[in-house]
Amino acid sequence: MSDTMILLFGGVVAILLFASTVGFILSRRVTSESGRATVDNLNARIKAWWLMIAIFAVAFAFGKIVTVVLFALVSFYCLREFLSISPGRAEDHAAIVWAFYIFIPLQYWLIAVEWRTLFAIAIPVWAFLWLPVMSVLKGETEDFLQRNARIQWALMLTVFCISHAPALLILDIPGFEENFLLLFFLITVVQLSDVLQYVFGKIFGRRKVAPRVSPAKTWEGLVGGGLTASAVGAGLWWITPFAPWQAALMALAIVVAGFVGGLVLSAVKRSLGAKDWGTMIEGHGGAMDRMDSVSFAAPVFFHLTNYFFGA
Amino acid sequence: MIASLVREIIFALTRFLVGGNARWIGCGPDQEQRIYFANHASHLDTIILWACLPPTLRRKTHPVAAADYWGRNAFTRFIALDVLNAVLVERAGSRDPLAPLRDVLDKGESLIIFPEGTRGKEVLPGTFKSGLHHLARDYPQAQLVPVYLANLARAYPKGAVVPAPINCVANFGTPLALAEDEDKGAFLERARKAVAGLSGEMQA
Repeated sequence: MSDTMILLFGGVVAILLFASTVGFILSRRVTSESGRATVDNLNARIKAWWLMIAIFAVAFAFGKIVTVVLFALVSFYCLREFLSISPGRAEDHAAIVWAFYIFIPLQYWLIAVEWRTLFAIAIPVWAFLWLPVMSVLKGETEDFLQRNARIQWALMLTVFCISHAPALLILDIPGFEENFLLLFFLITVVQLSDVLQYVFGKIFGRRKVAPRVSPAKTWEGLVGGGLTASAVGAGLWWITPFAPWQAALMALAIVVAGFVGGLVLSAVKRSLGAKDWGTMIEGHGGAMDRMDSVSFAAPVFFHLTNYFFGA
Repeated sequence: MIASLVREIIFALTRFLVGGNARWIGCGPDQEQRIYFANHASHLDTIILWACLPPTLRRKTHPVAAADYWGRNAFTRFIALDVLNAVLVERAGSRDPLAPLRDVLDKGESLIIFPEGTRGKEVLPGTFKSGLHHLARDYPQAQLVPVYLANLARAYPKGAVVPAPINCVANFGTPLALAEDEDKGAFLERARKAVAGLSGEMQA
């Protein structure tokens, strides 16, 4: 790990220590029913970040391969959640087996060996064409399009899109070596944006953005949280290949992509009749509840960076 | 020793791949003598349902498995008898196929049965065979607990080589009993509906 990384992780740990302290004090002070729920939710999030930051520290310390394997596991759990709450038939089995056992390892192996061209088309072209073939051989036509569309969407979002986060490590940017910092930038801005939108929404929230899709999202939360997260992103310009104003625009792009990603996946979830991705395991949110914004923000950030700064 | 090691490995693999969570909707995991009856979609059914029970119940609960599948060689026989604590029944034999089940119930222990007799691929269970009725009539003290196994036909359907990683859930319903003057057909249909009725609980 480089000195910059150690400095950054030190900063994150300091912020989390502060957040944990505030959370602890709040949990002692707040007495009202709704206030309790909010504070419990906040503390649960803080705990999740400690875990996340620990996992990231291990991944970053051990390098590219460990990071790639880690994201492959994230994709595995997200894909499992997605397909577990989607309706389907026994005849989908072959296509699902291919998605899990062939296309997840393939996509992440392509990152590990830095095969950039095939990485970009393995799922949108080859899996797109191959999975319905596996399905049609079973001879079942009922809901054929719907069943295949669900598997395709699941694979695109949970594997193809999420894999763009670790793929930042193989971006070729002239004069910039430490690609781990790009991944750090992405994850920090996405997570900060999520929580700041939540906090600003709780304090100032009046007007709902999409009451039927995601009742918790408000314009006040989006603008307040989004702009603050973008400002923090701009302040991190020195770890990126970007100038301060470029870093601000990149962070803004991540915020917007993350926001619409959360919105779209919330609508997907509701159309499947579920409230949480993790309803299968009671008491736990799903992995997809934390990765929804990343699945949209990662490809957008990857391609903007590649287009404007790549070799 | 080896059996319990193999059991832990099978349970760990099952949990990693297909989850297998219990939802006690109509009853709790209690120590009563019971006959759990469930829909049948895959060979994993036995493992999932049995793994869903707390270890104390597991020791006294025996899944019923088909002798022609599980008894076909020394290895599957070992898995069925030593690891899963199962009783094997002949599906096509001349002697009373329920005899080994009666032995278990006579000892006061519990059973897991799949009254469809064969694996289906539909979401809702097909018609039940009469074995459940005979056992309900002869052992009125045993609670009859309907169980719906969700997603198993998708995770590991008939003819599949590897299981797909889809989360499976076992929904345990409210125990039912054979009524005083209920005929066989009506009882079996009521039992089937009790299992089918639990399928809606899958999506919260």
